[in-house]
Amino acid sequence: MKFEVLKTSVGEWLKGTGPESDIVMSSRVRLARNLAQYPFVGRASETERSEIEDFLHSHLTKTSVGSRLEYTNLGGLEDLDRQFLVERQLISREHADATGARGVAIDPAEQISLMINEEDHLRIQCIHSGLDLEAVWEQIRGVDEEIEAVVPYAFHQRWGYLTACPTNVGTGIRVSVMLHLPALVITRQIDKVFRSLHKISLAVRGLYGEGSQAFGDFYQISNQITLGRTEDELIAQVADVVPVLIDYERRARDFLLQETEQNVHDQVSRAFGILRTAQTISAEETMQLLSRVRMGVLLGLVDDLHVSDVNKLLVRTQPAHLQKMRGVDLDTKDRNIERARFLRAYFESGSPDDN
Amino acid sequence: MFHITELEAGEVRELHLCEDHARVYLNQAEADSQQEDSDTEGGPLGVGQTAKELSEIDQLVCDMCGITFFEFRNQGRLGCPHDYVQFENELEPLIANIHGEVEHRGRRPNRQKSVGGEVLPESTEELTRVIGMRKDIRNAVEGEDYERAGKLRDNIQKILHKWHAEDLKG
Repeated sequence: MKFEVLKTSVGEWLKGTGPESDIVMSSRVRLARNLAQYPFVGRASETERSEIEDFLHSHLTKTSVGSRLEYTNLGGLEDLDRQFLVERQLISREHADATGARGVAIDPAEQISLMINEEDHLRIQCIHSGLDLEAVWEQIRGVDEEIEAVVPYAFHQRWGYLTACPTNVGTGIRVSVMLHLPALVITRQIDKVFRSLHKISLAVRGLYGEGSQAFGDFYQISNQITLGRTEDELIAQVADVVPVLIDYERRARDFLLQETEQNVHDQVSRAFGILRTAQTISAEETMQLLSRVRMGVLLGLVDDLHVSDVNKLLVRTQPAHLQKMRGVDLDTKDRNIERARFLRAYFESGSPDDN
Repeated sequence: MFHITELEAGEVRELHLCEDHARVYLNQAEADSQQEDSDTEGGPLGVGQTAKELSEIDQLVCDMCGITFFEFRNQGRLGCPHDYVQFENELEPLIANIHGEVEHRGRRPNRQKSVGGEVLPESTEELTRVIGMRKDIRNAVEGEDYERAGKLRDNIQKILHKWHAEDLKG
């Protein structure tokens, strides 16, 4: 894997392009699939896990999509490099932290990633910037069909595609959109919104997936049910609610501008001020402040900064990205100093790809 | 991450589960406690089953991968694709509780023909039997029954070949 190339680029989901990208950061679909002739990952022996990895790796290269992807053996990577892939949303935290034979195949545009021996033998993920669920589904379905032509996935007449956890059985599909909802947070409407989402069995998570705290007002909305509905219905369930959330967020932003412009402007300017001058700053605080600045840019309260710059900073100030850029391992204290240094340099020079 | 501490017969057991698995686990725990309240009414896991019957369910073992239903309940993860067949009746109430449905309606595999030219079924149950056959080979080798082990190996190769699922290394 050419991490040197990746470290100064940003992944697909942070490009800040695509429909509704002022609020919708990214659209993602993942499919959970398993080989029929092996136990699920959690029950497979070390040898079986290696065989599963070999089998999938070699069969993937027989597909046209697989031959375009770059394969990385995760067991052979440093912790830092695995963390780096988590921050780019190319593998899950569980996949990074696990042990044993496992790998990931990633396309150069970072839209597709195939995780091998995650919780299931194969997890196919496709991610696009902005609100683009239909195109994501089109793309991932193509990938899935191509692989299925050479790999017989475990399937049951009644239960559909079989997965290690019954919460994924059937379609094995997880559809999610990541939204930036700062105005709903400031106006204290976010909890109400989430309660109503739970009622229609949609899940809400923070930026970095399962169990993570929502830092910086970034939230992932996804389906919970995977069985008994078609993929199109499950995608529609998420897709239908997004315009409503966008509308709420836009109205909340308008409200903030009309009723409390001075306050909002003040908050945004202070956030920007801290980011430009701090001498040491945590990842959490950075996310929180970047979120405010991002909203400020979109409301026209910040000059000389683009949404794509803010998106870029969101990932490049993450711990592993900072350390990869610096080229050394840093402890938390040194990371916070390095993060502040990086931010100051970024805003001073305005050049995104220094060092 | 959910940190669940269970007190069972004076023993403390700690579980660390992600949100989805916690959902599965707690669903079952709820079913268990409902069971304790009444011996006739059941929650999602045991319609009309007694606590004794439930503990019998825990003893069920998968013929292919050897996981017990009890192990599944503790981990929230199944052992192999055959579990969905072996534990079908036990899983059904749990799945109904999670998804509100018990029948797949999404995409289905578009199978090519087998190597021998016959149409392969949608269900991959035949292929999954290989998991049990590998276990039988290990037992045969342990018992020094090499003839049986060899026969099993041939049978596995036949099934894998039929399903285009042979390892490329041969």
